Formats: sequence, structure tokens, C-alpha cells
Amino acid sequence: MRALLAVALLLCTDAAFAQDHSQHRQHAAIPQSPPTTATDEHAQHREHKVDASAPGQYRPPALTDTDRAAAFPDLHGHDMRGYMDDDPFVWMLMADRLEWQQGDVLAWEGSAWFGHDRGRLWLRSEGEREPGHATEASIEALWGKPVDAWWDVLVGVRHDIADDSRGHDGRDWLALGVQGLAPYKFEVQATAYLGERGQTVLQAEVEYELLLTNRWILQPRIEATAHGRNDAQRGIGAGLSEVEAGLRLRYELRREFAPYIGIERAYRFGNTAGYARAVGEPVAETRWVAGIRFWF
Amino acid sequence: MIQAAHTTRRKLLRGMALGGAAAGLGLWRAPAWALATPTQPGVLAGNDFDLAIGSSTVNIGGCAARAITVNGSLPGPILRWREGETVTLRVRNTHDEMSAIHWHGILLPANMDGVPGLSFHGIEPGGEYLYRFTVKQSGTYWYHSHSSLQEQAGVYGALIVDPREPEPFAYERDYVVLLSDWTDLDPHRLFARLKKRSDYDNLYKRTVGDFLRDAREHGLSATLADRKAWGAMRMSPTDLADVNGNTYTYLANGRRADDDWSGLFAPGERIRLRFVNAAAMTFFDIRIPGLTLSVVAADGQYTRPVEVDELRIAPAETFDVIVQPTDDIAYTVFAQAMDRSGHARITLAPRIGMRAPSPALDKRALLTMDDMGHAGHGKAAAGEMACGAAMGMAGIDHAAHAAAAPLTHPASESGNPDVDMQTMSPTPRLDDPGIGLRDNGRRVLRYADLRSLHAPADDRTPSREIELHLTGNMERFSWGFDGIRFSKAQPLRLKYGERVRIVLVNDTMMEHPVHLHGMWSDLEDANGDFLVRKHTISIPPGTRRSVRVTADALGRWAFHCHMLMHMEAGMMREVRVEE
Repeated sequence: MRALLAVALLLCTDAAFAQDHSQHRQHAAIPQSPPTTATDEHAQHREHKVDASAPGQYRPPALTDTDRAAAFPDLHGHDMRGYMDDDPFVWMLMADRLEWQQGDVLAWEGSAWFGHDRGRLWLRSEGEREPGHATEASIEALWGKPVDAWWDVLVGVRHDIADDSRGHDGRDWLALGVQGLAPYKFEVQATAYLGERGQTVLQAEVEYELLLTNRWILQPRIEATAHGRNDAQRGIGAGLSEVEAGLRLRYELRREFAPYIGIERAYRFGNTAGYARAVGEPVAETRWVAGIRFWF
Repeated sequence: MIQAAHTTRRKLLRGMALGGAAAGLGLWRAPAWALATPTQPGVLAGNDFDLAIGSSTVNIGGCAARAITVNGSLPGPILRWREGETVTLRVRNTHDEMSAIHWHGILLPANMDGVPGLSFHGIEPGGEYLYRFTVKQSGTYWYHSHSSLQEQAGVYGALIVDPREPEPFAYERDYVVLLSDWTDLDPHRLFARLKKRSDYDNLYKRTVGDFLRDAREHGLSATLADRKAWGAMRMSPTDLADVNGNTYTYLANGRRADDDWSGLFAPGERIRLRFVNAAAMTFFDIRIPGLTLSVVAADGQYTRPVEVDELRIAPAETFDVIVQPTDDIAYTVFAQAMDRSGHARITLAPRIGMRAPSPALDKRALLTMDDMGHAGHGKAAAGEMACGAAMGMAGIDHAAHAAAAPLTHPASESGNPDVDMQTMSPTPRLDDPGIGLRDNGRRVLRYADLRSLHAPADDRTPSREIELHLTGNMERFSWGFDGIRFSKAQPLRLKYGERVRIVLVNDTMMEHPVHLHGMWSDLEDANGDFLVRKHTISIPPGTRRSVRVTADALGRWAFHCHMLMHMEAGMMREVRVEE
């Protein structure tokens, strides 16, 4: 059937329209009465081509030079694309989490993007500040591009800010990630990082929004981190190292602004858990959180 | 007093054999003059006009906001022309950005069509453009800016062309009812907001409570299957409008529902209501409790009268309706937004100050898989199969419909970030009242009910068929034809004089009113028989509708979805008619 259509297409095409094929499809008129077989359809196409004007008698008015001049006036260099920008520059700043955590910890996760649908610059940052310690934070700059309806691929760099109180140097990473909306509306973000000394990290985060009402929204969130090798100084072990699972209940006063409360539990696994035990830190920890989420 | 004056005028008009030409709106009589009555927006009639586009401060939502207006009013003045005359319109742009006026549905030379950068060079700030053309048609139309998003900001108004020949119906009163949607937000900020959070206004999503209720009413497995289907598509069945009453104030003749405009009548009189949907993004469902609407024209063209209780009007469409209230009471002309998030209204009353209550908004409808052309495959399965750009649904044969060719999707839709779904088995569905209007106990106008009074002069069979799919990505808020945005699309080329069939298939979950400039679109039924001549054809989700077009207008013409933000986001093509 498709082959026949293709043949019909070839038969009914003339050079003047050939260049349009890539963008809209044309085929010969479907006869008024439905064809009984494919062969009939084919034959009728050819008939249409031979006597395209049948059966009507209508002829459009003859054109004058005045008509021609009015039809294609001088546009003075203007192009409609200048007044109808279908991929305008847009930017957005989002604070997904800006929160106080039990134990007087200040934590945040946010991003900003600038650009067009065809490509955007993403800035992402995540971090926390515990009492008695300096800020532990990362900042990323990534170039993001859509690869299909739901997914963007991002490539860029990440910088971990030095934490002198723990004796951690700043570190730089290359980053390659995806983010998007998975079926059933799970918001997914996964990024692989390659460090200066060959260390590797894989980080994935999944969020879901459960609508209690259209303003009271319960958001489960899970974030998992895996490392390629042990780093005793930082207390990080190879393999799955940490999982954070949170549940936050927010109230959207406006779409752009929502206070929330929640609870978050962090687990350490494998060698990471071992390092923690060694220095007397807990392997699992639960914290109450309260914060605001906003964007503009 | 007013009544007496009207009665006298009525008799006078009948005597003049103008075929029942207007009373209420003021007589058209050359040259142009402004006619303002206490309850009527300004009317400019004649064949010589001075119009100025400029910034104005308006107060619609309760605080001062900036609008862009024509002659300082919102909506702009009603323009009244006469068929066969040459009209001259000097349009000055006192606004600080490029502007233009497009005469929607009017047949004219391309350089008079008013699309900057396509059909002419536009009107620069401080500049002026002289529109002059001969009016070759009659009926109810409208005009609006076709530059950037100025239409949302207030550059629109009604346009009436009085016919040379007597009209095939009679009436004593004649009122324009121009519907629109207003927001204090700068339209560009609204557009950017849609890019950031396209579901911003969807405050009607289904909740946990709805799930529990549905599970109780329809059973747990059916409810899970339904949620699974929508979840698989990553869409919401409550997504009926991208922008709704959460953002918009709906207006009729520029007035809010709580401060509405009134038109007067004497019981027994016939009133012609010229409905114009000048909204940027809103479909309205119109009814007048207590009155039957006799639809006598669509998009300015006479139709065989059809009596209904309610009609849906897509952005850019016009309908002329005759009603005849016999009681000495007030009536509400009620126009609710398709997603039931608000309404606009006017009052028809025997005396000033009388008012009837607004009916309650109808229950909000939910989209179904059937609405999106996924019928007959089992709802849950259809959702999974049909959606997601990766699927290759080419070649599904559905022989059920005479006019339906095997459905294949353009290759350009595959793997395209701008395409988030494809319909599976679209049909014309011209006899469908539309979502939210089915089985509501009222007679609702359907496209299948519309019959042009006159057949098109061009009786030729279309020599070729051009199929275009309406596509989009709701999340990214990008729109196009065949997955291609305007800025990336090649013009669709027609040869002067040819008769073509344009087939439109909706591969999105939203309804799109598609407007072709410069030429009529003759809507066909499923068998390819002519139904009605229109300038704007609405294409609901899951449908495939076809029109015949005679390419009898040389030049470059816009062809686009009349949801303003969809057009801006790429759902537009240039149609180039060449020799």
C-alpha cells in the first residue's frame, strides 16, 4: 500500500512542487467515490493527471501587472520571522529546595537556564552548610539540548567548592547528563561526572508530584550517588554510596512560590557506610526540613 | 424614547429596501463619522478611515495596565464598509514597535493583507500605511494586529460589510458581540511563562481525591488503567486551555461579565447578533437561556438558517445569529470559556438597567482517548501505543471512513522534540458538538449543520491534495505543522488558479482554529461534499478535516493556527501563490 502511494506520488508530482516534499506531503486527489481496490485508485490518479480540470468550468480571473505588483511588494528587507519569534530567548531561575534542615543545616538545590528551545545554558547548584563547617557546594555549567519530545542531553563542567574545615580541596569535573520527564510523569535527572584524577561519579534523581489538591502537592524525591573508587579522605567508597529519600509537602500560594515542610532520610552504603562508622558518624540519618520553593 | 426612535428608524430602513440593514449599530452612510450611543462601542462607517494604533492605559482587572489599541479604544472601533466600494484606511502607528492591521477574512491584494514581513513591510513606529482596496464580499468579519503579540494586548475590532444585495433574512436590531480575553500581563511575559511552565493555568488537574472517587465509581482497575494511559503519555486530560480564567478576564464588547454591555430590544423584534471571537487563546460556548439561536452566517458567509440552543466559537470565527425575544424581560447572552474557567456576557433587555442572571458554568469536561483519535484500541493500550515520538505508527489502515486515506505521519515528526504525540485513527467528526458540549440536553451547532447558501463558483475537483499535520509539544510549548516550526519551514507553494484540497490532521491534544489568509477554505464532509465556506476551520484533537482552496490570490499569505501563542510558537506556514 505504501509502495503504491509512493508510485502515485511520483506520477502526480511535477518539478515545480518537488522541493516541498520534505515538509508536507502531497498526493493526488482522492476520488469522490472510495476506490474498491488499490489498482482502481492508481488508475484514477492517472486520470486526474491527464484531465485535471474536469469536470468544473471555473477559471480564475486573468492577472494584470497591477495584480502582480501588489502580490509581491518590496518588503524593505523585513522578514516576518523578525516579528514572530518561534524560538525566543527565555530564561528561568528555579530554587527547587531552599531549606532549613534539622540540626541547623541550610541546604539548597536550584538551577537556572538561559537560551532557546534548540539549546540552553544551564547553571545548577546544590549544597549545604552545617554548623561548624564551611559550605559544601557544587556548581555546574552545562549546555543542554533536546533529543526528543521529553528528554534533554546536557554536557558541561562541575566545580566542587573547597571545604577547608574538612580539608577538602576544590575539584573540577566533566559532566554528561540527561534530564526530562519519564512516562507517568516522573521527573528524572541523571548525570555522570569524570574528575581530574580519573574519579567517576554517577548521580541520579527522581521526583514525582502527587496532587492532594491542585495547590497542596506532596513530592517524593529520591537521589542516589555512586562512586567509581574509594576516597578515604572524603569518606567515600566505591559503588553505591549514598541515597537520600525525601517527602515534601508544599502549598503553592502561587505557581511561582510555595513554602513546604518535609522529612528526609539519608542512607550510606558499602564502604561509605564503613568510613562513616569509623569516624563515629551515623550510617542513616533522618531530618525534618522546612523551606521554600520558588521560580521566576 | 429610545424605543420610539428605533421603531421609526426601523420603518424607514425597511422602506429603503436595504434588506433589513442595521438599526442598532447606526446607519452606515458616507463619509466616515463616529457614532457613539451610551451603550454602544464606537462605529466608524463609510469608505474613508483614519486609524491610529497606539499605547493606552486601561483598567480592566482592577488596576491600570498597558494596552495597545486602535483609536484609543478596546476593542477598536467597529468598522462598517459596503460591498463593492473602495475603502481607504490610513493606519498610523504611534506605538513604539512595528505594527500592522490585518483584515481577517477579507479578500484583497496581498500588499493590503497586513502581515509585516510577509505581505508588506509593516508600519514602523511613527509611520503610516495606506490601505486601499475594493471590498468584494459582505458579512461579519474582524481586524487585528498581525505583528508580534499585539492582538493579545488589544489591537482588534469588528468589521461589518453591508451587502449590495438584500440579505436573505430580516431583523430589526443589529448588535456586534465581540468576545476577547484580557490579561494585565505583558503578552511576551505570558508567552515566556508558557515556555517555562506550560501547565501554569491548569489548576484543574486530577488529584488523589479524584482518584479515590473514580475508583469508587468506576472500579479500581478501570481507574488505574485510565491513569496509566494518561501517565504513559505524560499528559493531563484536564488540559483544555493553555491560558484560562486564572490569567484572563473574559470580555464581551470590551466589558467584564460583572459590568456588562447591554443591547436594547422591543419584545417581538428580531435581533441580529454578530458574534466575533477576537480572543487570543479562548474558545467560547455561547447560549442565551430562553432563546433559540438561528444561525444565518458563518465567517461572514450566509448559511442555511439552522436553529440551535448553543454554539462553540473558535478564536477568529464569526457567527451571525438571529434571535427573537417575545417577552418583556432581560436575557443573558452567556459565553463560557471551553474549559469553564470563566465567562463573558452581554445583556439583551427591553429597557436600560434590566439584567438577567448568568447561568452557572457547566461542569468541566475531561479529554478522553477517543477525543484524541485513539478510539477502538482499548483506552489504556491506545495511550501507550499512540504517544511518544518514538513510535512508528505509519500505515494504520482504517477503512471505516470513505474520505480517510491510510494514515501515515510525516517522517519529519519522528524523533522530533517538537512532537509529543500522534493521533492513530483521526476522523472528520463534523457531527460532534465538541468536548464539554456532548449530551448536554441542548441543541449544539456542529460543523455538519452548516450549509453555505451559495456553492463556490469554482466547481472543479481538486487536482492535488496537501496533507499537513498539526503538531506540538505541550511541555516545551512548541508548535508547528508536521513537526516543523514556521522559522524552519519552506513555503507551501500553490499555482495561481489551481484548486487544491488541504487535509489537516491534528496530532496534538488541543483544538486548533486554522486560518488561511487571502482565500476561502471550503469545508468538505467525510464524502468530499461541500459543506460551508469559511476563513477559519477549527480542528479538534483526533480529527482529520479537509478543505478545498482555489488559489485565486497571487502573493504570500499566512496560514496558521489562530491560537495566538501557538502561532507565535511556530504553528504557521507561508502559502505562496505564484504564476
